[in-house]
Amino acid sequence: MLSFTLRRTASAVLVLFSISVLVFLIFFATPGVDPAARIAGRNADQATLRAVQHEFGLDQPLPVRYALMMKHLFVDRDLTSFVNRGVRVIPQITQAVPTTLSLVIGAAVIWMVVGIAMGTGAAAWRGRAADPVIVVLGVLGVSIPVYWLGEVVNLLTQSRLHDGVFSWVPPLGYVGITTDPLQWALHLLFPWLTLAALYAGIYARVLRSEMLGALEEDYVRTARAKGVSERRILLKHALRCSLIPVVSLFGLDFGALVGGSALLTEVVFGLPGVGRLTYTALQNLDLPVILGTVLYAAFFVVLANAVVDLGYAALDPRVRRA
Amino acid sequence: MPEPLLEVTDLCVTFRSRRGAARVVDRLSFDLGEGEVLGVVGESGSGKSVSMMSLLGLIRDPNASVEGSARFRGRELVGMADAELRDLRGRDIAMVFQDPMTSLTPVYTVGWHLTEALRAHRRVPKAVARRRAVELLAEVGIPDPHRRLDDYPHQFSGGMRQRVVIAMGLANNPALLIADEPTTALDVTTQAQVLDLLRRLQREHGSSIVLITHDMAVVSQLADRVLVMYGGRAVEKGTRREVFHAPQHPYTWGLLGSVPRARAARVHRLATIPGSPPASALDAPPGCPFAPRCVHVHETCLQRPPLEGAGGHVDACWLPREDRAGLRRITAEQVAEDEVARVHDAAETVEEGIDR
Amino acid sequence: MRTSTRSGTEVLLRANDVVKHFPVRGGLWHRGPRPVVHAVDGVSLEVRRGETLGVVGESGCGKSTLGRCLTRLTDLTSGTVEFTGRDVSRLSRSALRPLRRDVQLVFQDPYSSLNPRRRVGEVVAEPLEIHTSATAAQNRARVAELFELVGLSAGHLDRFPHEFSGGQRQRVGIARALANNPRLIVADEPVSALDVSIQAQVLNLFADLQDELGLTYVFIAHDLGVVRHVSDRIAVMYLGEVVEVADADPLYDAPGHPYTEALLSAAPEIDDGTGDVAPERIVLTGDVPNPVDKPSGCAFHPRCPYAQDRCRTERPLLTLAAPGRLTACHYPLLTAAGDQAPHAVTAGAT
Repeated sequence: MLSFTLRRTASAVLVLFSISVLVFLIFFATPGVDPAARIAGRNADQATLRAVQHEFGLDQPLPVRYALMMKHLFVDRDLTSFVNRGVRVIPQITQAVPTTLSLVIGAAVIWMVVGIAMGTGAAAWRGRAADPVIVVLGVLGVSIPVYWLGEVVNLLTQSRLHDGVFSWVPPLGYVGITTDPLQWALHLLFPWLTLAALYAGIYARVLRSEMLGALEEDYVRTARAKGVSERRILLKHALRCSLIPVVSLFGLDFGALVGGSALLTEVVFGLPGVGRLTYTALQNLDLPVILGTVLYAAFFVVLANAVVDLGYAALDPRVRRA
Repeated sequence: MPEPLLEVTDLCVTFRSRRGAARVVDRLSFDLGEGEVLGVVGESGSGKSVSMMSLLGLIRDPNASVEGSARFRGRELVGMADAELRDLRGRDIAMVFQDPMTSLTPVYTVGWHLTEALRAHRRVPKAVARRRAVELLAEVGIPDPHRRLDDYPHQFSGGMRQRVVIAMGLANNPALLIADEPTTALDVTTQAQVLDLLRRLQREHGSSIVLITHDMAVVSQLADRVLVMYGGRAVEKGTRREVFHAPQHPYTWGLLGSVPRARAARVHRLATIPGSPPASALDAPPGCPFAPRCVHVHETCLQRPPLEGAGGHVDACWLPREDRAGLRRITAEQVAEDEVARVHDAAETVEEGIDR
Repeated sequence: MRTSTRSGTEVLLRANDVVKHFPVRGGLWHRGPRPVVHAVDGVSLEVRRGETLGVVGESGCGKSTLGRCLTRLTDLTSGTVEFTGRDVSRLSRSALRPLRRDVQLVFQDPYSSLNPRRRVGEVVAEPLEIHTSATAAQNRARVAELFELVGLSAGHLDRFPHEFSGGQRQRVGIARALANNPRLIVADEPVSALDVSIQAQVLNLFADLQDELGLTYVFIAHDLGVVRHVSDRIAVMYLGEVVEVADADPLYDAPGHPYTEALLSAAPEIDDGTGDVAPERIVLTGDVPNPVDKPSGCAFHPRCPYAQDRCRTERPLLTLAAPGRLTACHYPLLTAAGDQAPHAVTAGAT
């Protein structure tokens, strides 16, 4: 297990390095484009351009430029957004992280509970009325685009029914948990539900399909022949084995979301998370910020992948060998 | 005569599908006494596994229906509520399946599986169950049982896993153990160990065993009585000696002749059965299910032959009973002639083609 | 009774000390040499023209890997394989092509060895397309002939594998192997996945084809009855080594190696009033050990009822223990004259 962990970590580091090189090359070494102009943003004047060229060593060879960029980003942490006039990139990202985390963790709890319950229910009641109902709900959840759903939710909670049913819904935005926990939760309630709707649908379908497969397995037949109750078979045998791929999937999804993949939800609900930061930076072509958020996102995806690999071994004893 | 432990009469298992109703088990009847080993022999499509699984209500397909009668110690199993059947499963009637590699939930230890079997029917404190589990493992010959209790199934070899499964089956001292191809997936030397184990346990516990297999040699070693199945029906029944020394049904002749022997005189050609086992019960012909493959087929075969015979040795065949042994010889010769002629002719054509 | 008179003494295929090891992908740290799976651990065999050499053993003994080494479907770690005197062990893929006309393999699993997306006629025609310059129509005619030969109907040429039963699919595999008139066919467990009655048909087919076409077979199987039925000579394998080679009948009547003796006594036999009474049963204890962690000295010594000190330290070589009998044992169960040695358990049981 130890050697496996080390190998896995080494490969994760290698992947991150490769991503950083790739991003660097895309943004700063595309032929026919002046990187200085891109970094400085639109409407930059000559002085700014010269400052950029100096700071990023744009007349130096490529590896040096790469090294300088990384140094600015990680060591000095003074890479600044030229669009937002001197605001540093790293602090922007770190400030946005708690919002994203709040959104993603809350939604994750909801979608896992709902998804697993729906999936198990659909498998248990297969052939009866509940099964197609659950499947359809799941499909709806997957098919409705989150930005549409979010906007419709906003339409209902913020304007149309705001004076009636949804008067308790606060305006769009974010309140830190340490500032006011109740408001924090209220602000996040509908974003949570909207984001969870999509994933609950996916997970319900995945779990249902895994469970149906598990219920056909030989080990379920053996358990039944032992006289074990159907309920115990469902929960202790089928579900336990079906959760393994689901948990792996969860790790990957969670990692991606923390990395900023909840972008659309954040934008629609006005939450200042990493996703929205990326979104605005893209709109403004704010290269340093984009560089920062891409690397941040990549880091979390790689981390999530590594954790999932290690976690798989914890869940499935067959994988634990060496 | 003592009451049989299991009395099956006209058992039918039918699967409905879009293409019609498939009778996978067709009016099967047999008895099993206390402490007896019944070998149920057949190839794929014979219905041997489905018939036994239906007794315990293990056929979960909603399109399946079970009719007829199966009395276990006087209680009627067909139509019994699942809750009652569940009481019987694992406690009075245990079942062991073929593939040891997939029959245990991989995420739980062997000890967990054994204690689950023990606690499924009685309130047993965990510590007591654990102790009993160690005893069971020792009884089936697992070395170092105390330590191995906490090992996972994948840490055991195929033969060891099958022993664990047998231990689980015997945990509650069932009166009847149904073993569905228990050694088919195992090596010869491991198979010998497991068969020895079954024999020993059967003597010590006094359980009856229904041994389902396609391997005539295994039946010959272990069974007291034999039931030969084909196309969902019983085609021959009798004691082991009767069926093996004086088989009456053409299918049994074919089965016995098809097996190459390690210790008898070698034959140049095996006595085969032409054609293949039925692909699906939907295409079952009226009358005798074996008719499409039988060399002696005649008009009467369009009617279903009844199970008849002298004493306890019965078979389902219209052929006259006077000289079945002679007919057996003729069958083998004729089939051999046909096969050799065919290959000979075809080979000549091929060789002409090569010369061309 | 099958006799050996058909087979000449010309050696068609010879394996010299063939070794095939598979490295085990393990962790970063290993003290000492990297662990390997000793799949085939020094096998020397001869296959004579016209005979059937049976290779029997349990799972993990390396017989399937040996089959693939002999047909060069896999590279050897060391050792040589000679076909009609020519060393084929180091030839490149393209240089091996002509060999593929002469040496063919029939596989075990009729369900996975045929490409489900290709019609069976195409599968059997492919070797013809590769090796001959005949037209498509000529190939098709030949495929039809081959189908008839193996007991299939020529009308089934355009069907897909899933439309056939297991036994029929196996026949397709045999037809494919016969397409280019091979001289040697290596059959790797060709009947294990089939029903008993179908198994007998396919075994008879093998026998008939050998009679008609003068084929040579290497027949790999785990079922002792099957192997005895088809073989002229038999090689018994255990943990990657050949432990005994003998003519079929003498091997079964008087095994020379303790493992062969145990294997034979373990096999259940039909008792139908004919045949010999089974000798006293030797039930081996424990499982077959891991081919990664082979025991020192003689691979069989931990389970051998006759093991002595020498067996723990010195690996026995395959030597002529009696006329026509090779055994790899320090204390074979046969004397030099061919009688049973006094220490054999089954001695005197008839």
